[in-house]
Amino acid sequence: MKALGARSAFYVGFLVGTCSLYLLLSQVGFTRNFASHERETHEKSLLQMIEEENKNWKKERSALFNLNHPHHTGEDGKLADALYKRVRILCWVMTGPNNLEKKARHVKATWSRHCNIVVFVSSVDDPDFPTVGLNTKEGRDQLYWKTIRAFHYVLEKHGDEADWFLKADDDTYVIVDNLRWILGSYSPEDPIYFGRRFKPYVKQGYMSGGAGYVLSKEALKRFVEGFRTKVCTHTTSVEDLAMGQCLEKVGVVAGDSRDSLQRETFHPFVPDSHLTGTFPKTFWYWNYCYYPIVQGPQCCSDLAVSFHYVDASHMYLLEYYTYHLRAFGYKYRYQAPEPKVIQDFNAPVPDKVETGDSEQKLEVEAHEGEKQSLELNENS
Amino acid sequence: MMSEGSSFMKGMALGGLFCLVMTYFETFNPGTHSEGHLHLHHHLKPLSKEELQKLSEGQMSALTQQVGVYCLIMVTPKLLVHWATANDTWSKHCDKSVFYTSESSKALEAFDLQEQDEWARMRKAIKHAFENAGELRWFFLARPTTFAIIENLKYLVLDKDSSQPFYIGHTEKSGELDYVEYDSGIVLSYEAVRRLIEIFKDEDKCPERGNALWKMPEEKQLATCLKYSGVFAENGEDAQGKGLFNKKSVSSMISDSMGQNPADVVEACCPDMAITFGGMSPSQMQVLMYGVYRLRPYGHDFHDSLTFLPPKDSDND
Repeated sequence: MKALGARSAFYVGFLVGTCSLYLLLSQVGFTRNFASHERETHEKSLLQMIEEENKNWKKERSALFNLNHPHHTGEDGKLADALYKRVRILCWVMTGPNNLEKKARHVKATWSRHCNIVVFVSSVDDPDFPTVGLNTKEGRDQLYWKTIRAFHYVLEKHGDEADWFLKADDDTYVIVDNLRWILGSYSPEDPIYFGRRFKPYVKQGYMSGGAGYVLSKEALKRFVEGFRTKVCTHTTSVEDLAMGQCLEKVGVVAGDSRDSLQRETFHPFVPDSHLTGTFPKTFWYWNYCYYPIVQGPQCCSDLAVSFHYVDASHMYLLEYYTYHLRAFGYKYRYQAPEPKVIQDFNAPVPDKVETGDSEQKLEVEAHEGEKQSLELNENS
Repeated sequence: MMSEGSSFMKGMALGGLFCLVMTYFETFNPGTHSEGHLHLHHHLKPLSKEELQKLSEGQMSALTQQVGVYCLIMVTPKLLVHWATANDTWSKHCDKSVFYTSESSKALEAFDLQEQDEWARMRKAIKHAFENAGELRWFFLARPTTFAIIENLKYLVLDKDSSQPFYIGHTEKSGELDYVEYDSGIVLSYEAVRRLIEIFKDEDKCPERGNALWKMPEEKQLATCLKYSGVFAENGEDAQGKGLFNKKSVSSMISDSMGQNPADVVEACCPDMAITFGGMSPSQMQVLMYGVYRLRPYGHDFHDSLTFLPPKDSDND
């Protein structure tokens, strides 16, 4: 009896020893990894955020000055860099204090990084974000006031630092590289503006506010001058219509922003609606578009410039589709013609091979660009 | 009483020692469950850009020839809209795409297998594909609820020998079985299919109607049969270890990333050369088609060593 008891006690002890040590090891091993991993990722993201921001932006006078034109690993961005230098775009984004976290923050994290300068326009000054407060209230009826003040502000503070001035909402997604492609064939001294052209109420048409629109420097100067001479006044709170009326009065031309296959580039809705939606015949859209509406895949250019009603997650989705996701080795059907500013730069010198020459020139430029941005970084 | 107590203590001590010894020999795997998980999977990555550049034009040309893909898209009339969308979008980029249906539909053409059982359907489709493969050496099996970027699939298998058994996708583990998830698409090399068809003849190892006792999903049936032929599942991922085969939609993965990596949503989310996404609605698939094959920023070029031409008579790519 005694021997049996001792032996079974031994076996029980063996079992208990094994199991408890196993549990102990799994607890220690598991929790140690889990805790450190969690802490690590959280800390990294906060630090990373601050570091990234300081590397890529110079905050000055309530605007963000782009230090690093974003590049993707493995890409050849020479052509985009050349355009970035020659077609300087200031983007001002219409937002408000209640939308900074919900919307404007995602604009800051995505497409606005491709502008030369970004200004977030609100009713309240916020030096951290940063936003500029323009002495207006919030609300739809304030839209034209905000717009008028914003354009006056950017001409005054940044008139010499940009060639084109884009207005966008905080739910507009803009592909700035494609905007440069269009604008690269025009001069900032031309009195012209581009966007999604609507036809009613204004003889030459006007540009949809939500889809974003861009003024040349000359157009902006005439707009501001128009208010000084009272040729333009606050006529209505319908911002885009009012802009169109004023610009027509001061002799600014409503441009055609379609690509070389006559496909629209600025879009007043999300890609889904344009690509797959069928708008009912009674929808206002049918009576508004200046150019014939195309539904289905040919609605939209490959080099689309904007989409509207884009919420936060949709912004990241479009950023992924535009700048990240691709089909390896795929030869695009649409081969876009070079904008004039690049063609002029690459003007053939007699008796030399054109392509080799322009590639060399772009190489030299790219190298200088790297040096320049290094200098900027050191100075700031 | 005393001797029992001391026996107990001796037992405990020996038990603890036993456990330590076992852990040392990695039989137990206490703790990091997920790490142990990874070690057992095979990981398959595409060639790096540097490796690609080292290849000569002749080698490139040879590789391009060998990388033709036969797509088997398993449809049912219930999935008619997804069927139509797959037909209208990504399947056009396969070298050959055949829709295999459970029963014919008046609306769309397909190879009618006249078979309601999913596993039996899969077997029939694979046999048919193998017999009609022609020059093609890679097989991609998916439902129309999956969207595939075939060029990126070709990039993944570019340097892999199709006369070796390959079974690739997003791998999961069920007990001792590593299998490729059906929802994110299944890739099989010519040799893997050849062996599979051989083992189809073995009613014990690879029964046609599946196990009588319980219904295993066809993805696991497939994995079991392949395992008997010495073919094992491999996880397709990019150089950073991001999974190229996804059963979630793009928007779902973006939302997850917004929660987990708010500072770097897109970089942390999804791979540049993703191969599949699942769970997308037909209109989301049309947007993805535009996003992959058309939408791009002007002036950013990738000088890939290989060129894939767009398909004929198509207007959405």
